[in-house]
Parts: sequence; C-alpha cells; structure tokens
Amino acid sequence: MIKEKNIVRWLLSGVPLLFLLLFFIAPSLIIVFTSFRFPGEFGGLAPLIAPMGTVDVEHGLTLEAYQFFFSDTLYVRVFIKSLQVAVVTTLICLIMSYPLALLIARSKERLRNIMLLLVVLPFASNFLIRIYAWVIILDPESVLSYFINLILNLVGISPVIFLFSPFAVLLGMVYVHLPFMILPLYINLEKHDPILLDAAQDLGASHWKCFWYITWPLSISGVSSGIVLVFISALGMFAVPDILGGTGDILIGNLIKDQFISTRDWPFGAVLSIMLALTILLIIGLGAYFLRRLRKRNYAT
Amino acid sequence: MALLEIRGVTRCFGNFIAVNNISISIETGEFFTLLGPSGCGKTTLLRMIAGFDLPDSGQILLDGKDMVGMPSEKRPIHTVFQTYALFPHMTVSDNVAFPLKIAGKKLDEIRSRVIKTLDDVRLFNLGNRFPHELSGGQRQRVALARGLISRPRLLLLDEPLGALDLKLREEMQIELINLQKETGIAFVFVTHSQNEALTLSHRIVVMNQGGVEQIDTPSKIYNFPRNRFVADFLGKINIMDAQVLEIIPPYLRLLIPELGQVVIPNKEGVKIGDKGFMAIRPEQMRIMIYSEEVNSKNHFSGQIKSLLYAGDVTTYVVEFSNGTRVEILLPNSAPREIKRFEIGDLVVIVWESDVGLFLND
Repeated sequence: MIKEKNIVRWLLSGVPLLFLLLFFIAPSLIIVFTSFRFPGEFGGLAPLIAPMGTVDVEHGLTLEAYQFFFSDTLYVRVFIKSLQVAVVTTLICLIMSYPLALLIARSKERLRNIMLLLVVLPFASNFLIRIYAWVIILDPESVLSYFINLILNLVGISPVIFLFSPFAVLLGMVYVHLPFMILPLYINLEKHDPILLDAAQDLGASHWKCFWYITWPLSISGVSSGIVLVFISALGMFAVPDILGGTGDILIGNLIKDQFISTRDWPFGAVLSIMLALTILLIIGLGAYFLRRLRKRNYAT
Repeated sequence: MALLEIRGVTRCFGNFIAVNNISISIETGEFFTLLGPSGCGKTTLLRMIAGFDLPDSGQILLDGKDMVGMPSEKRPIHTVFQTYALFPHMTVSDNVAFPLKIAGKKLDEIRSRVIKTLDDVRLFNLGNRFPHELSGGQRQRVALARGLISRPRLLLLDEPLGALDLKLREEMQIELINLQKETGIAFVFVTHSQNEALTLSHRIVVMNQGGVEQIDTPSKIYNFPRNRFVADFLGKINIMDAQVLEIIPPYLRLLIPELGQVVIPNKEGVKIGDKGFMAIRPEQMRIMIYSEEVNSKNHFSGQIKSLLYAGDVTTYVVEFSNGTRVEILLPNSAPREIKRFEIGDLVVIVWESDVGLFLND
C-alpha cells in the first residue's frame, strides 16, 4: 500500500519536475555556458574547438563578454535606468491598484465578478495589439493629444508630444502591469474577515487607523506578491519601450533582445541576462530579508 | 441616573421588525443579560448599543446623553464578539494593547497595564503567542482582556461562551462573574442559554419577537414568570389550562379541566372567572406510592411512563388517568434503601398549596 502511494506521488510530482528540468534549468545552464563563449563571426557562437586547418580563429571559453560589460558604464547606466523605471512602474501600479482591489473585495458578489472580469478582459486581446493601440491614442494627431494641447494652449503652455517619450513608456508599463498587481491584492484582501474591522472600530480606531493597523499589515503578503510579479516583469520588458519609447528610452530588456536578434552577439546577451537575473535575485532576497525583520519587530512586545 | 438608557428603540429591516419599541435601563456595575431565542432581536439591540447600527426611532442614552451620531469608535463601550475577532497578525500582548495604542497612551503605561490585564484574565505567560497558537478558552480570555483594558463604561458580550465546551463554559462563567465584580464595569451579556443567564446575571431581560417579555432578577424570572412564554423559556415547567374558581387569600382555587380542582398561591389582580394557565416546576412536585396516606390539597393519581436518569436528579414523566402528562424532578440524594420508582408504577402526584403559579397569558 505504502509503496503504491509512493509511486503515485513520484508520478504526480515527477512530470512537472521533468518539465522544469528540461525547460527551465537546462536553458538557464545553456545561457550560463553561452556567456563564456566567443561570438561567431556571423552571429551565433564561435566553435569550442578550432576547426582543422585554421589558425587565428577564436575558439574555446573566455571571459571577454564579462570584461566588455564592465568596461563601459553605458550598460550599468541602462541597468540603473531600467531599475528606476521598474521601481516607479511598481509603485504607481501599487498605489493605483490597492484602492481598486479593496473596492472590488468589499463589493457585493455580483458587482465583484463584473469588476474582476473587467480587470482580466484586456488579456482577451493580444499584448502587442494593445500596446499598438496606445500608439494610436498617444499619436500627436490623435483626439486625446488634440484636446490636451488645446487646454495647454489656453493656459499658455506650448504643445507636447506624448508618443515616443519616457512618459509614454511609463504609461505603457503601468497599463500592462496593472492586472498583475490588482489580482494578488484582491485575492488577499478578499480573505480578510470584516469582523476584525468592526472589532478595531469598536475598540476606538478611526477608519484610517483601522486601515493602518488591520487591513494594511494583513495585506502585506498580497502586496509583496504583487510587487514581485510587476517588478520582475517590468525589469525585463522590451516590447513597451520598443513600441512606445523613443531612441533614448532603451531598457535592459531591449539591450538583451538586440544582442540576440540584431547585433547577434550571443555571449554578451547571455552576460546581460545573467546580470539581470542576479540583480532580481539580489533585490528580491533583500526585500524578503527586510520584510521578515520588519515583521519580527512589529510583533515583538 | 441610569448608566445606559434605552428609550422606545425600534429597528426594522424591510418589513421585519427586529426590535420593537424596547425600553431598558442598565445601572452602573450591573451584570445585565439579554436572553431570548435566536431572532428575538437581542443581537440587533446589542449592535445598536455598540454603534454598529442605528435605531429607526427611539433613543439610546449613556449617562443621560443621547449617543445618536456618535460613531462606534467614540463610544466608551467595547464588545467581546462571539468569534472573538482577535487580530491574527498581532501577538496576545499587541491585541490587548490595541485600545491603549489607538488612544495614544505612553509605551510604559501600555506595558504595565497589559501585564496587569493579562494577569487579571490569568494569561500570565502567553503575551508573545499568536491567536492561532491558543486554545478556545485562552482566545476568549484575550478577547475579554482586550475589551476591558481601557476600562470602558460598558462591556458588551455577544454569546461569548457559545463556542466553548461545557466544562470550560462553566469555568468561564465563574471567571466572568469575578471579573465583573473586580472591575465594576457594567456587562451587557447576550445569550440564548437560560442556564447561563440565570447563573451570571444581576438582572435579565427576556426578549421575544423584538419585544420585552419581562425584566427582573434571575430568581424573580424563574419563580414568578410574567407570562407563558417566559415560564416556558426558562427551565422546565408544566403548564395546564386553568380557570379561577375562588379567591381565598392567601390562596386561589383553580379548575383545571384536565385534572380537577387545585389550590395555589393567590396572585394580585386575579378575578374570579379569569381564564389562563397553571404553571408548576418539575421540582415543586413530589411522587408518592399509591397506597400512602395523602393529606395535601393537591394530589392526583397517575402512572410513571418514562424516566430520565441524570446522576444527581431523575426526571419522571407521569401520566394522569385522562392522558395528561407532567414532568417531575426528584433529587437522587435519598438513602439507597428507599425504593426508586420504575416505569409502570402507580403513583400519586402531590404538591403543596404554596407552590404553582397562575398565568393570565
């Protein structure tokens, strides 16, 4: 009996385990391996062993791509800029999503389902099409631009162009990531027992204090899942800056994409990917550490 | 002046009248119980006192001042909820400290008062635990401590013992009585358990269908219920149709169609010919062997139909010759040699003329 149970357990967990090994761990290892190679003459990778009869062809393993990364501050600056954009995107998403998630969580069931549907409805159409829709909306000739510039003109401010600007990138980033913040927040907030707020109020807490002492601390796990989801995705995003940003609005995601697709320097692309992954791990790790310390301090008497 | 005065309070939900023109006044230091079956309006009334709900009409006054427009957080009234509503992300100490922290008290003062209050509810070493690490009884104590720490004028308790098992409930009853006595804070206790109400309260209001049936001390309520509902709701009682035949102070002679004539104590305001009920508690009657000489005025022969043994007492169901059944409670304290009654025994049911009660409705 026990043996049979074990077999079932191994089968059930074995399939996803195999899947992870094949499609997650293996590609990661390939990326790491790639980062130590020479780029091929026409893209791709140079051979590991020099082909017979050739001299002076780059081959084998090297740290050249890493050297290249650290030799120019340009890349570190793109990293910092990407981090800034990701942080601002995450914060704006959090500030916009929290009240909305709270509203949805405290609505009657019918209304709640309609609002949740509206939150996930954008997923029904293609991601790129939705970004291109913003190109139309933000176009200098668009109705929105026309009216905004009309008003600006009245106040005496010279007209602005929204498209292909850092503003457009941020707008697109927030737009794309909002559902990923709203949903985990909603899932958390929906579980709160309303009687806790009654109790807090009964014991003398105003609405703001109820929020600050009860709702907010109870929602921290939802807040951190939302932050992680949005932050990681925002840090690697290349489609939004590609489509909505100008030439100066390159982020780390664009840089990586370019190495693999246009510049065709795979080892350097691999180095950038590894750096991005390490940055994310470091930030998430630090975040988790401080969150735990914060929690401990809050609870200690 | 009463501490809390409820004046003609009514609350409707749609067509349903949850609380119907209720007037109650509660004194300082009183243990006051709202007793009634579920749906009688006791929880609605409690919510209005706490400030979670507002009356449609009538007033609720604290120290003579109308509390209308005073939100729940401003009222010096705290609630112990049926499900305790402890904050799951805070330790026991933080839960108990919450009202003081909100009130902006100094840390030193909070600390010493939390320690003292935890002592009062006998939770000495559990300050650093989280609510989910506690037993039901311990959670109950935390909720009590949290409600009492800032010394409210009034503590509302909404069926707080409902979730505990019998043994623990009895323990907590004694502790509630002690806590109330020590703190001197008025308790308003909501329950549907007549036993809890009788044990704990200084005064009880029996509620039914949104209205007040009777407000009195436990012994008055138990011994002199004002009507059939109160008599029936508190403890066991035998109720039979009756009509007043004769008033011979200090007694009344009644005709009980199912039984015959009986003599019970007189009651003020009763007139000859009044129709109503005779009520008598199971412990107020005695059972005698059929052949014994009986010199009491009220005696009727019957047969034991069933018995319920409960250790300390036994409840006998006796059927009279016309089919009417009554319950009689006898203590099992008699010496072992004395014969117990068995099912099928022919017996005589006897009660003295100074027990029993005539009810008009």
